[in-house]
Amino acid sequence: MTEKLKLIDGVEAINWNRIQDEKDVEVWNRLVNNFWLPEKVPLSNDVQSWATLTPEEQQLTMRVFTGLTLLDTMQATVGAVSLIPDALTPHEEAVYTNIAFMESVHAKSYSSIFSTLASTKEIDEAFRWSTENPNLQKKAQIITDYYRGDDPLKRKVASTLLESFLFYSGFYLPMYWSSRAKLTNTADLIRLIIRDEAVHGYYIGYKYQRGLETVPEERRQELKDYTYELLFELYENEVQYTHDLYDGVGLAEDVKKFLHYNANKALMNLGYEAMFPSTLTDVNPAILSALSPNADENHDFFSGSGSSYVIGKAVNTEDDDWDF
Amino acid sequence: MTLGMADQAGLGPASASAGERQPATDASLIYFSSASGYTRRFVEKLGIPAAQLPLHTSQPTLLARRPYVLLLPTYGGTAAQPGAAARGAVPKQVIKFLNTEHNRSLIRGVIGAGNTNFGDSYCLAADIIAVKCQVPVLYRFELMGTSEDVAKVNEGLEKFWTHQSQKPA
Repeated sequence: MTEKLKLIDGVEAINWNRIQDEKDVEVWNRLVNNFWLPEKVPLSNDVQSWATLTPEEQQLTMRVFTGLTLLDTMQATVGAVSLIPDALTPHEEAVYTNIAFMESVHAKSYSSIFSTLASTKEIDEAFRWSTENPNLQKKAQIITDYYRGDDPLKRKVASTLLESFLFYSGFYLPMYWSSRAKLTNTADLIRLIIRDEAVHGYYIGYKYQRGLETVPEERRQELKDYTYELLFELYENEVQYTHDLYDGVGLAEDVKKFLHYNANKALMNLGYEAMFPSTLTDVNPAILSALSPNADENHDFFSGSGSSYVIGKAVNTEDDDWDF
Repeated sequence: MTLGMADQAGLGPASASAGERQPATDASLIYFSSASGYTRRFVEKLGIPAAQLPLHTSQPTLLARRPYVLLLPTYGGTAAQPGAAARGAVPKQVIKFLNTEHNRSLIRGVIGAGNTNFGDSYCLAADIIAVKCQVPVLYRFELMGTSEDVAKVNEGLEKFWTHQSQKPA
């Protein structure tokens, strides 16, 4: 390995009182306010629930979480860091360091779940599986190849697809358990990760679009084609990964809908139109409501029966929200 | 395209409240979109006249001249703990617009944009406004919306305004 480590060309003292892009400040504040640690989530309350899962379900859960651990580890130590040299503003660089650290928190939080629920032998076994599973290794390889590549915009595409698409074959399972009132504290922790990944995907996708504005039309078209190609390549691998993991419990088809739904959102984070039609993204409502209690479309006026709609839904508001 | 900020024509002086000259708008859809522009892109896909609220609170806000539906995004809450209510969900630019009593009196419904990844906070800003102004949340969609979302909102708004025009004043 004679590869030269690419670092930022020059560093100047960062001045947070001179802002070029307000999104940097907005996202920094959002990330800081969202900060959390796994120790704050009472995972031990899930011990009894864990015991109600079959050995096969337990093994599946462990494997899903080691898969997620790998993605978070990559994003922490390679992905977010690889974006720093191409940052457009010093504040963007700072945001990536925040993202990198938070990904390390995510990666560590799976170990908190493991140590709460499983034996050392089971944990080691799951990590061994993660290093040997071909589809998991393949997705890691595809993404890291782009991180090492020399195209800054393609790196952002790969990073956004990781944040907004590749995690979801794994995130499905804790949402599924939660919808069955199982491992609900673990699900609370995963929801915090899911929220963070949304901010990361949004921000990196936003910076990608800012970058696109500076390149000629031909290059924009090339990047768009590349994005859809990369998504297809990752998608095919995700489908295999999903079957490999979930066929045993009969959930693969349901997981695939969740993949389509999130692939669309990943594309939108990059400024592109959704690709999968609604017939393929009709995620199980129980999963959607485990993700967000407001996601049930039936309480919207346009979609619902109308008669069932109640205006006076109580929402806790803060003075910050409202200041007439 | 006839959209986006197009409606800032018709900048009638309207009522100059608080000494600030507020550009007036006849649009029946008024929206806020941040610098990332996802909500603006959804509105562009609707293809109906719409007025965009100013990006910065230092600019004078709009003054509505007719009943309208407000469309706004929620960029996730900032609740530190799961289940806790998020703070600061309604963008300041929207608060400024609704602080004008006349604007509040003409709001008829809210449409929310967001991301279900934000859990409890998904489209929270729309919920907050709906409760405060006693109007329904008409629809929710994610990010810049799919083609299905565009079709549903266009159809829904048309029916909604037809229904509204039949209501006794």
